[in-house]
Amino acid sequence: MSTGTTKLDVVVSDVVPVNELVTRFHFRRRDGELLPTFSGGAHVVVEMRDGDRTRLNPYSLMGSPLDTREYTISVRRDDVGRGGSLFMHRQVEPGLDMVISYPVNLFSLDLRARKHLMLAGGIGITPFMAQTAQLAGAGGNFELHYTCRTASLGTYADVLQQRYGNRVRLYHDDREERIDLERLLSSQPLGTHLYVCGPAGMINWVRDRAAALGWPPETVHFEHFAAPQPGAPFDVTLAVSGKTIRVGSQQSLLEAIEAAGVDPPYLCRGGVCGQCETNVISCDGKFIHNDHWLSEEDHRSGCKIMPCVSRFEGKSLVLER
Amino acid sequence: MGITFRKETFRDDYTFRNSPEHVRRFPFPFNEDAYMYAVNIEPHVVGPKGSVLENLIDVDEHYVAEMQDRALVLAEDPLRCQSLPHMTLAGWDLLELLMEQQALGYPEHFTLSRDGDRWRWINRPLGIDDTFTFGDTSTLPYGPMEYITRQSQGDFCILDQRDGNLWMDAGMVTTQADWSLDFDIGMNFFEWHAPVPLAHEKGIFTRALKFLTNIQQGKPARRLNWTMTINPRLDTSPENYHKWGPDRATVTPENVGQKVHLRVELQSFWRLPRSNGIVFPIRCYLIKMDELVTQPKWARRLHRVIRDLPEELATYKGLTRYRPTLVEWLSKLDDGSPTSPGFGPD
Repeated sequence: MSTGTTKLDVVVSDVVPVNELVTRFHFRRRDGELLPTFSGGAHVVVEMRDGDRTRLNPYSLMGSPLDTREYTISVRRDDVGRGGSLFMHRQVEPGLDMVISYPVNLFSLDLRARKHLMLAGGIGITPFMAQTAQLAGAGGNFELHYTCRTASLGTYADVLQQRYGNRVRLYHDDREERIDLERLLSSQPLGTHLYVCGPAGMINWVRDRAAALGWPPETVHFEHFAAPQPGAPFDVTLAVSGKTIRVGSQQSLLEAIEAAGVDPPYLCRGGVCGQCETNVISCDGKFIHNDHWLSEEDHRSGCKIMPCVSRFEGKSLVLER
Repeated sequence: MGITFRKETFRDDYTFRNSPEHVRRFPFPFNEDAYMYAVNIEPHVVGPKGSVLENLIDVDEHYVAEMQDRALVLAEDPLRCQSLPHMTLAGWDLLELLMEQQALGYPEHFTLSRDGDRWRWINRPLGIDDTFTFGDTSTLPYGPMEYITRQSQGDFCILDQRDGNLWMDAGMVTTQADWSLDFDIGMNFFEWHAPVPLAHEKGIFTRALKFLTNIQQGKPARRLNWTMTINPRLDTSPENYHKWGPDRATVTPENVGQKVHLRVELQSFWRLPRSNGIVFPIRCYLIKMDELVTQPKWARRLHRVIRDLPEELATYKGLTRYRPTLVEWLSKLDDGSPTSPGFGPD
């Protein structure tokens, strides 16, 4: 029924460099009204008009959900990525009109939790900025463990420690500080929920250890938006719309489908939400599945693909789009 | 110009009536001459002026009487309103939604003013003027969900979303078609739908859940559901079955027009912003057969729908006992001529 979410017309109200890699962007509504209320863990999809190309990238909202005069996101510069973060860092300035989506939350707090145990790695800190603000306002019980490469790359570590004191623990890779995960996960009170956001390796490590230590799966929450990976160009036939398209090396399959004027539904554009799931009608080649949505069985079957993050190598691919 | 609220009852002497304007705005649920389940969900957007969709939260001439009936039900049975401890934030979300929508649609009857978290709510039909602190439960006479749903037509279920499922963790349910919040509280989407026949085989619930868990803020959705009720009784709950169940044996050819009511639920689905829950308002509209058949198209179509309804559905909806009497009565108003497409009267 819906392609993505309702859009919001915003203006960039501030751009603040946070450290050598991360810059923060502030958005206000162009009509001066308040922005929609959101819940901690929500993201917005930011539309970037980059020449004749439109990029749509998801970023976690990191402000307090109690203050909707503006939204803030933090973008880590990725010099070898597909260019979205470079566009944000180089071309977005205060006063620029932009379009963002309504907030969507795929990494929601479980409000039944007696305690919220949060594990962040690097830029994965951003959803926890909003969640901790939400919980602090409601007197919630949380503890945040935050791993960063160096103190100077510990984005918002100072702010968090100032706000929450010893509820925040920092770990610096360059000082060889490591989370004692075994001990941390073994010493939590009943009713604790675990949240992890960071690099894929960290998420897998935490989920594996939690499972091994007997944490019920419904108490372990994680957010991992896979950025679409570049790859070799490939051709696709869209059977429903009768089009044949080429997916460029820096382009995702979803972006190529959209560029051809076909609009599959989407929410996260990171292989998580399941909205853009697409049936494969026929193929001769191999899939490069990068999503967290389809089951292993789906991946093996070759009958489905998540065009937001996954690619294809081979002779021919026909999709039901 | 505001709404003229009727003085009427939904019990005992049953003085409930629809004015002629309200008959024409009734949300007749059949757009063709037959009925079968479908995932009939569409975007909940504002509809034509003079319809029940003119505002996304509808207030009508029965508002005051329905709120009085709700207060009577709650006085007898407080468990019709329940909220598990983690649902208070969702209750505030709902309070905001209903106050905003009612004040927007009916400014002559409702006013909301906000100064930060200091809110003032004026409800003129019910004579309420309260100032409170948003988020501070101690500043309201009830919890936020109970407070606002004692002032809003329709039942309300608040569903928590977690583990890829929806959980019935809070609600105000006093105008229900034979289901019980007290029984269903804490259940997930599949558990509380378990009694519905046929739909499971069609995979309807799996698809519906997928749709509902993806409802987005600012994009509510809706669907219509229907059943029939003998006498205009809002509270047809399992708890009170002994009061209304036997009524189904009282239908005669002489009293069909007054006793038998089509009961339509306008169900809508909204994402709640702070709690990330879903609220599911179930707004009940009643119309007696004598009122309904003032629209000849509806009379013809209802005859065909009830006559041809699959037996399992007739049983599930509790129509079995009086269906022959009703079909016979309606058949006299069906000359066999075609009906125009769409829901509305001709």
